Order: sequence, then C-alpha cells, then structure tokens
Amino acid sequence: MGAVYSKGKGVLSALPFQQEPRIKVGCGACGIAAGAQEVYDRIVGYVNEKKIPVAVEKTGCIGMCYQEPLVEFEGSDGTNVLLGRLTPEIVPSILDGYLKDKSYDPEQIVASSDYVTDEDSFFKKQYRVVLANCGRINPEEIEEYIAVDGYKGLSKAIRSMTPGEIVEEVTKSGLRGRGGAGFPTGLKWKIAAASKAAAFKPEVSKEEVKYLVCNADEGDPGAFMDRSVLESDPHAVIEGMIIGAYAIGAREGYIYCRAEYPLAIHRLRLAIEQAKTKGFLGERILGSPFSFDIRIKEGAGAFVCGEETALMASIEGNRGMPRLRPPFPAERGIWGKPTNINNVETYANVPRIILRGAGWYTGLGTDKSKGTKVFALAGKIRRGGLIEVPMGMTLKEIIFDIGGGIKEGKEFKAVQMGGPSGGCIPKGLLDTIIDYDSVTKTGAIMGSGGMVVMDEETCMVEIARYFLDFTQKESCGKCTFCRIGTKRMLEILEKITNGEGEESDIGRLEKLAANVKMGSLCGLGQTAPNPVLTTLRYFRHEYEAHIRDKKCPAMQCRGLITFRILPGSCVGCGLCLKNCPVHAITGERKQVHLIDQKLCIKCGLCRDSCKFSAIEVV
Amino acid sequence: MNAVDTSGAFSIIAKENTHDGSLIPILQKLQAHYGYLPKEILVLLAKRTGLPLAKILGAATFYAQFRFVPLGKNLIKVCHGTACHIGGAPKLTDYLKDHLGVIVGGTTKDGLFTLEQVACLGCCSLAPVMMINETAYGRLAQSKIAKIIKEYRERE
Repeated sequence: MGAVYSKGKGVLSALPFQQEPRIKVGCGACGIAAGAQEVYDRIVGYVNEKKIPVAVEKTGCIGMCYQEPLVEFEGSDGTNVLLGRLTPEIVPSILDGYLKDKSYDPEQIVASSDYVTDEDSFFKKQYRVVLANCGRINPEEIEEYIAVDGYKGLSKAIRSMTPGEIVEEVTKSGLRGRGGAGFPTGLKWKIAAASKAAAFKPEVSKEEVKYLVCNADEGDPGAFMDRSVLESDPHAVIEGMIIGAYAIGAREGYIYCRAEYPLAIHRLRLAIEQAKTKGFLGERILGSPFSFDIRIKEGAGAFVCGEETALMASIEGNRGMPRLRPPFPAERGIWGKPTNINNVETYANVPRIILRGAGWYTGLGTDKSKGTKVFALAGKIRRGGLIEVPMGMTLKEIIFDIGGGIKEGKEFKAVQMGGPSGGCIPKGLLDTIIDYDSVTKTGAIMGSGGMVVMDEETCMVEIARYFLDFTQKESCGKCTFCRIGTKRMLEILEKITNGEGEESDIGRLEKLAANVKMGSLCGLGQTAPNPVLTTLRYFRHEYEAHIRDKKCPAMQCRGLITFRILPGSCVGCGLCLKNCPVHAITGERKQVHLIDQKLCIKCGLCRDSCKFSAIEVV
Repeated sequence: MNAVDTSGAFSIIAKENTHDGSLIPILQKLQAHYGYLPKEILVLLAKRTGLPLAKILGAATFYAQFRFVPLGKNLIKVCHGTACHIGGAPKLTDYLKDHLGVIVGGTTKDGLFTLEQVACLGCCSLAPVMMINETAYGRLAQSKIAKIIKEYRERE
C-alpha cells in the first residue's frame, strides 16, 4: 500500500470528549466482513497481556471501506491516527510501537490529525452532516452521542418550538426525501400534521393515533448508506424521528429494517433502550406532555416493501403488495391512520437542521436540492466506501477526486445510480451535477445513493439483463405489465446476451419498456425499464454488436465468447485443468493444454487461475 | 420422519401474539426456532391465532426469508448485488455449486451446507461477498472460498 505522507495538519480532528487514550476498531458489518472482529480480538488480547493503558472500543464505519479493517488511535493530547488494512498478525508490532513512543508504521497510516497523506483527498471534498459521527463515536454509548451535541436538536424543538414552527423550519431548509424520490419533507410533514388526529391528549383513543415510520428497507443492490448510518450513528436517526413525531403529532413509531442487517437492528434496539432511560423517548419526553415510542419491525426479504404502501401492508402483517395512491399514507396509512414515512438519511438530517437552523442548511447545495447527499461508492472504483458531499458536486469529482478513479488503471465506462430503478450514466455526462433534477435528466435517478462504477470489462447489455432479472423476481405480481412485461424483457435480454438476438429485439424492448412504465401501479414497475432504457440510450452500439456482429465488446457474455489456450505461453502446469468445473481441459503435464469447446461453459475460472496469462478470450 | 416438537411453537405464539400485525414477527421467531416453517406448525399457528391458514401461507410464501424445507447445518448466502455481480459473483456461485455438488437452494448430502444466492448484503465495497450463517466474508476469490469451506468442514 504505502501511503505518501508528511507532517502537517491532517484531516482528522479530535473529538470534544477525547481525554483518555483509546483504540477504536471500525466494526460496521463491512469492517467485520473484512476481518475487523479478529483484529479487535487480537488488540484486546495483546493490550491485556502487555497491560497497555488504553481502552479498546468498537465503532461504526468511517467510510473508507477500501482500507478495512480500520483502527483509530485516539490520544489524550488530541491526536488521532487512523491505520488501515490491519491484520491480526501485525497487531503486536503496531501496539509495541504505540507503547514505546506512539510511533506507527507509515505504511499503515491512512489519515491522521498530524500527518498529511495522499489518502486525505478521500475526505477533502466531502462535507459530512449525516456521516459526521460515523466511525468517530461509539454507537453503543449514548453519552458519546450526547457529547457531540446529540439530542440538543430535540431539546430545542420540544422546549422552544411549536410543532408548527418545526414543520416551518424543515420546509425552509429545503430538505427533500433521501429515499430517492426527493419529495419535500416539510410539505410531507405539513400534510401529516394537518391530517385529523388529536395528538397528545392523555385520553387519546385508537381512532386518534398517528404513526411515524422510518423506512430502513434498503433494498437496492449496491446501496449500503442506511445500513452504515444505522450501525454507526443510530441515535441521530432516532432523534430525527422523535422530532418528526412531535411535529406531526404521532405517538407511535416504527423502524422497518431489513432482516439482512442484524447489526443495525441490534444497535437500534440498544439505542432505543438508552434513549428511553435518558428520557428522550417514551412517556412525557423531557418532561413535556409529549409521548412517543418506537418499535422495530424486521423485513422478511421483499424488495417491493421499500415502497411505502407495500411497507405499510407488511407492518400490518400482510403480503407486502402496494396499493393505489391516493389516499396517501398521510391521510390513510397503517390501519387506516395518518402515517408519515421518511427514509433513514432524511431523519438523520433533521436534528442538525433544527439545531443549526434552516439558514445553515440552505447554504449547502443547489437551488432546488439543498444540503448534502450520502453515496455508497462501489464497483470498479479504487476507493470504495461511504461518502457525503454537498449537492451540486459533479460526478467526475466524486468518482475521480474522492473515489480515486478506476481500479487497476482501467477505463471508466459508466456509473450506475439508483439501483434497479435507475440507470447507467456514461463518460460523456460525467460533468452532470448531483441534484435531483440534473440526475433525472440523464435518465437515471438520484435514488437512495448507490453508485456502482463500471469499467471497460462490464457489458452494458448484461447489466441491463442483471437488473431486469432482479426486478422480475421482485415484482409482487399485482400488475400484469410489471409481472409479465419484465419477464418478457428479461427473456429478450437473455436472448441477446446468448448471441441469439434479432434486429427487431431492440424495438420490442423499447415498446415493452413504455408499456411496463405506463401499466404499473408502484415505483417498482414504473422504473423497472430504466436500466434498459438508459443503456439503450447511451450504449446502443453494444446492443447492436451483440445482435448484428454476435460480439460482446466487453468480452463478458458467455454465448459470444470463446476461451483459448495460447500454445506459446502455456507451460502445462495443470492449474487450469484442475480448476475447470466441467473437466473441459485436457493435457499432459508440461504439455500444452487444450479446451474442449463443446464442454466449456465459459466460466473463465481457467483464465483467472492461469499464472502465465496463457488463456485468451475471443 | 419424526413428528415436529410443538412445545416451542406454543410458547412463541403465546408470547408474540400481542398486537395486530404480529404475524410476520411470529413467523420469523418460528423459523429461527425450527430452522424452517414446518407444515404442522403453520396449522397450529392458524388454530392458535384464529387467522385463516390461507392468510398465513399467503404471507409466508410472499417473503423470500421464509423456508418450508429444513436447512443444512450451515447456510451459505452468496451476494449477487450489483457490485458483487460485476465483481464476479456468478463465477463464485458456479464454483460453489461445483465444489459442494449442489444446485442453488440445495443442501449437500452430508447436510452440512445449504447454498443460496441473495440480492444484496450491503458490503458492496468488499465485493464479492458471501455470508455463512451470521459471518460475512469479503474480497473473495475461489481459493479463499475453498479455504473457508475447508475450515467449516474441519470444525465438524
């Protein structure tokens, strides 16, 4: 790795409560997948063994997922050093250096308060509102959240503002729904607040109940913003929900979270308990007449439940199928009661807006899209991770300045935004700025914030097939065009990627796309054709190459490629033969091997295993 | 096949059947207890809650989480999210199918592993990713998978 570094003011700053030295291990679900638990165990073991005077704690995700597992050393003198790509094996030498004279292996430093490193550019263009505490504070300790101004927004709201003033402030801030559609949050709250239901009278009957829901059913493949926020700063989301409930007059709340996020659910449960103990949640919050409680509902694996009416059906214990709107949830929601639904990131913005004022928030972003947006960078990008930028930044800045460009020096091809509802934005549009309207103009959507970067080796027809396969499986089946139309579109795309495409297929895809969009009730069906439409718009030549020339320009589609062993390079080591799952490769040791094309399933495992680059794809 | 022990289900249903809309949490708890949703238990659930069996089955079959056949001892979930997909997840699934001798959704003969593919585990920056039971493994390659599977086998 070997980061270039020098002494100087780095990107990390001390935390306000930083006194005793401690070691923080980034233990978000992704950190754990990269081996953070083993690193944590080894650190704890070595600290105890050598009696090193330092506390060891788990935190959430600071966002530099590409450097996981990450460990931060917090000094009592206000210094912070973040080390990356740690393994249990090197823990003793790192801790020995720390114990001796707080020196660290420069190879491991990725960010610091006293060093400038070439990884700093990952942070420099970011502006962190929602992610401010992520990876910095211990998400399982409410005291740390309180020490970084946590629950101050709530206390300001309840002690010095009326519900109407809160709605007004959120409206003035220009905050729009971060789940993807971008509906103005203030307006949503205004409608929910006006919806008839007496809020917090002690004698409130069931007829007067309103609900407030946090949509944490982050289902887009390629998106992990909400998971990270819930794992790293759960109190921010809970505080935002309580403020929202006070503003609209809700007494009961739900967090609908994917069951695939067990750590997020665990930390939310803990945070709810702690908030209740401190009097921020439950009966008579902060001594006011306002009471509010939150329940967690675990999703059961249905993508469509991210759609609000399906989500409500699921909370009620039914099949998660969407229904017609109007009536909107604000009028008739869960069990027919007025219900307000916002996304995780939207709620996490709220405490900061209330505390710092709408004026501060409108200072960030563009004319019609205020504030910041969190993105999950993944795919063929060098620095994959979680980032937050002011609205108005260009895609180029995000992908190249923050994300460090493409892995292994390959060529950028497209960035996929908005998951299965979104589209692929090509190189020519990299100057597009991040705001709801500009992204929509490209044919993609802002979405919840997944950005999957693709390079020259990604086949755009295959990607369209991948998304249609996804939406086709996830369609709830209620609307004919969504249920059958997506299936037919998938079949055509499969035909094309198998090399059996016909000239008329593109036209049929376009016609079906229009019909599916028009004939579907909810967002899933209405946006399902987007991945096909955007790839047709920007990468039509790839479709044509598949259909007319029977070639896959990215060399990915199995029906259109052939693997061959280069006799000049093959040394006959037998590795490909050993790895071939269908035993299509033959050859004596130290003799040139041969692939039986009739048996070959084009999986490419032989090429991946060959150490001599002796297998080519044509 | 032995009859399913219903005592666990009785206490779960009694404990969880507290409010409207508790059907899905009950199904989740039952599956956590039995590893899947046995037919006898669903019939019992209908009797105890008064909900029509058709409604219970309607909900249970709608959600991908619920299973109606027993699982192997270890559940392997290969992530097929966008980042994992372009990072080579299909190849890894093929490799696992071959290595374990099962189809997706199938269980090995020794009952040790069930192979599934899932939409997205949300660890996209570590793609390709798989999860065995509650543990996620990132930055996978064939050789790494072989090593991990071997470790699980050796634990037996």
